[in-house]
Amino acid sequence: MKNPIIKTFPQGGVHPHDNKLSAGSPIARLSLPKTVFIPVAQHIGSPAVAVVKAGDKVKTGQVIAQGAGFVSANIHASVSGTVQKIDEVMDSTGYKRPTIIIQVEGDDWIEGIDLNSEIRREIKLNPEEIIKRVQDAGIVGLGGATFPAQVKLSIPKGKTAEYLLVNGAECEPYLTSDHRLMLERGEEILIGVQILMRALKVTQARVGIENNKPDAIQVLTGLAAKYNGIEIFPLKMLYPQGGERQLVKALVNREVPPAPAGLPIDVGCVVFNVGTVFAVYEAVQKNKPLIERVVSLTGPAVKKPSNFLVRIGTPILEMIQAAGGLPEDTGKVISGGPMMGRALNSLDIPVTKGMSGIVLLPRGESQRKEVLNCIRCAKCVSACPLGLEPYLLMTLAEKKFWDRAENEKILSCCECGCCSYICPANRPLLDYLRLGKLTVMKIIKSRKSHG
Amino acid sequence: MNSTILYSILLLTSIGILSAVVLYFIAKKFKVVEDPRIDEIEKVLPGANCGACGYPGCRNFAEICIKADDLSSFYCAVGGNECMAAVAKILGKEAVAKDPLMAVVRCGGAYAHRKKSTVYDGVRMCAVSHNFYIGETDCAYGCLGLGDCVTACPFGAISMDPSTGLPVISEEKCVACGACVTACPRLIIELRKKGPKGRRVFVSCMNKDKGAAARKICAAACIACGQCVKACPFDAIKVENFLAYIDFNKCKLCRKCVDVCPTGAILEVNFPARTEPKDDTAQPAKTEA
Repeated sequence: MKNPIIKTFPQGGVHPHDNKLSAGSPIARLSLPKTVFIPVAQHIGSPAVAVVKAGDKVKTGQVIAQGAGFVSANIHASVSGTVQKIDEVMDSTGYKRPTIIIQVEGDDWIEGIDLNSEIRREIKLNPEEIIKRVQDAGIVGLGGATFPAQVKLSIPKGKTAEYLLVNGAECEPYLTSDHRLMLERGEEILIGVQILMRALKVTQARVGIENNKPDAIQVLTGLAAKYNGIEIFPLKMLYPQGGERQLVKALVNREVPPAPAGLPIDVGCVVFNVGTVFAVYEAVQKNKPLIERVVSLTGPAVKKPSNFLVRIGTPILEMIQAAGGLPEDTGKVISGGPMMGRALNSLDIPVTKGMSGIVLLPRGESQRKEVLNCIRCAKCVSACPLGLEPYLLMTLAEKKFWDRAENEKILSCCECGCCSYICPANRPLLDYLRLGKLTVMKIIKSRKSHG
Repeated sequence: MNSTILYSILLLTSIGILSAVVLYFIAKKFKVVEDPRIDEIEKVLPGANCGACGYPGCRNFAEICIKADDLSSFYCAVGGNECMAAVAKILGKEAVAKDPLMAVVRCGGAYAHRKKSTVYDGVRMCAVSHNFYIGETDCAYGCLGLGDCVTACPFGAISMDPSTGLPVISEEKCVACGACVTACPRLIIELRKKGPKGRRVFVSCMNKDKGAAARKICAAACIACGQCVKACPFDAIKVENFLAYIDFNKCKLCRKCVDVCPTGAILEVNFPARTEPKDDTAQPAKTEA
C-alpha cells in the first residue's frame, strides 16, 4: 500500500482521546432477550403506525409498524413471539413513547429471507427496485441521525448526484461498531456501496476512514481494488471528521451550503454511514429487513468492552450484563458517543436503530464541572467546525435575543459539542445552543404560519 | 488678543441664533400631532410594560385603545377593572368588567410524592432540561423545579418552595400577566379565575399517562378515575386524555370533587378550615387540644 495523502476538513475540530477500548473484540451475537421493546418512532420524520395488536403472533422480519408517509420508516419484528401490548415505554430520547412489546418465543423468520452467510455479489435489481427494497426494509441512517435512507436515495428534481460518500470515520471516542463492521464485513460493505451507486446512478464512491483504524483502511483498500469506482481515503483523526459537512469537504473538497437549507446533494454528494451501507446490502441481496445492528458496549471500567450484534428492542441491560455487568462507579450511561450522545435515564431502554454504542462513564469523568466566567479566549470559536461564534450564541440564547441569534446563524450549528469540550471555563455552550436552535426554529415556524 | 475673544463670541452667538431659527421652522414643518389622550391614558395605566395586554408596552396599548371603537377586547391585567374604568372614562366609552385572573401551578408533585430516579446536572433551566429528557422524577408532564417561571415573572410574584420543589405564586403580587404561562415548557401554569375571596378549586396535575402509570410516578397524580366527574353537580369537570380539568366558569366552588379525589390531586385554596366531621372519636381529641 502506497502512502496516500491523509485528508481532513480545514476548520475547527478537537482532539479528544479516542479510547477505542473495544476495537479488538470481534462482533458477538447477543442471545435473544425474554421481551423486546420496539418503539414505533426510531427515525427522523413521522412515527410508524402499528399494524399489530396485543395477542398477535409475529415472526422475525414481519412488518409490525408501517411507515407513515415519505419521511418515515417501517419497523419490523426483531424476534418471533406474541405481542404483549402496545404501551408507552421510555426510549433513548428520554421520554415515554409508543412501543410494541413482544414476548419472545424463539427466532422463527418469515419466508423469503436469505439467512445463508454466503456473500451474494451479483446485483440484480434496478435503481427503483433498490429504493423500494430499502424503504421496505425500514433502513435509516445508522450513524445516529436515523434519517430514512429512501429519502436520501430519491434525488430531488433539478439536482444530480456525482459522488457517493461513505462515512467510516467513526470519529466519536470509544465507539468501535463501524470499525469492527469494516474489518469483518468489508466485502459486504463494498457490495452495498455498489448497490447504492447503482441506485443513485453515480460512478464514483469514496469511503473515508480515520487513520486510527489502519487495519480497516488496509482491509477495505485491498478489497476495493476488485470494484470499479470505489476509493478508500484515510482521514486525519480529528473530531467531527464524520460529520456530513466535514466529510464532504475532506473527501471531495466541496462546501455544503449552511444548514438548515443546505444538504450534501446541493454539491452533488450523498453520504451514508458504513453501518447503513451494510444494512442496504442485507436488505437488497438477502431481503433482510433492519432488525439488528452492531452496538459497542464500552467504557473505562467495563470488564469486557464488546461489540454486539443486537436485535432492535433488546433492553441495554442485557448487553451490559453480557459485557461483565454495570461497573460500580458508573455515573452516566450514554447512548452514542461521549461527544454527541445522550445520557440515558434507565437501563431498561431498548436498543433502537440509531444506537451505535453504549458508553458507561465513571462518575468522576461524566459529571459536569463548575461553570466559570467566560474569559473571551475564543477557543470555542477556533474549535467550531462551522465557523460560528459559540460564546456569542450562548449569550444571545441566555439573554433571549432570538432574532440576533438567528442572524448569527445559530441554525447552522450541528451540535457536535466541540465548543463545550474545549471551553476552559466549563461553560455549557451546547446546552444553550440547542435551546437557541429549538426556539429560533419555533419562531421561524410561527412566522411562516402567520404569513 | 481681545479681538479673538470677541470674534469667537460673535461667531458662536450668530451660529446659535441661525440654528435656532432653522430649528424653529423645521419643528413647525414636521410637527407630530399626537392625541393628548395618549398621555392621559398612559398616566392611568400601571406602566409595568409587561405585555400582558398583548401589546409591546403601556403606551402602545394606550394608542390602540384610542383607535378602537369598543374596549371589550382590551384588558390591562395589572391595573384590573379600576384601571380599565379610568381608561374608559377618558375615552368616554364603556368598559366591560372582567373577573380578575391569577396564575395557578397545576402540579402537585412535591418531593414527598415523586421519587427522583435520575440526577440532572445540566444548565439550571427548565427549557434546557425539558429538551433533554423527562426530568429527574420520570413525570413527563410535571414541574421540573428549575424555576423558569421565577425568572420570567416581572413582578417577583413567584418563588420556589424548597420543601416541595414547586413554585409558589403570591396572591398579592400576581397580576395574571401570563409571563410564567409562556415560560413554562410543560404548560403547567394556567390563568384561572381568582374567585370570590381568592377561593379556587383546580386539578393540580397535568399528567396524561394512564391511571396506573401516573400513580406509579407520583402519589398526587390525577389517575382519571372519574370520581370527581360523578360528584360534580354542575357538570364542570371533564376527563380527557386521562386527566381531569375543572372549567372555572362552571365551577361553583362546592368542593364535592375535592372530597372524592382519591389522590388529593384536586386542590382547594383560601377556603376556611373545614368543620370536623361528626365523628365520635374525633370529639375528645378536639377538646384536649
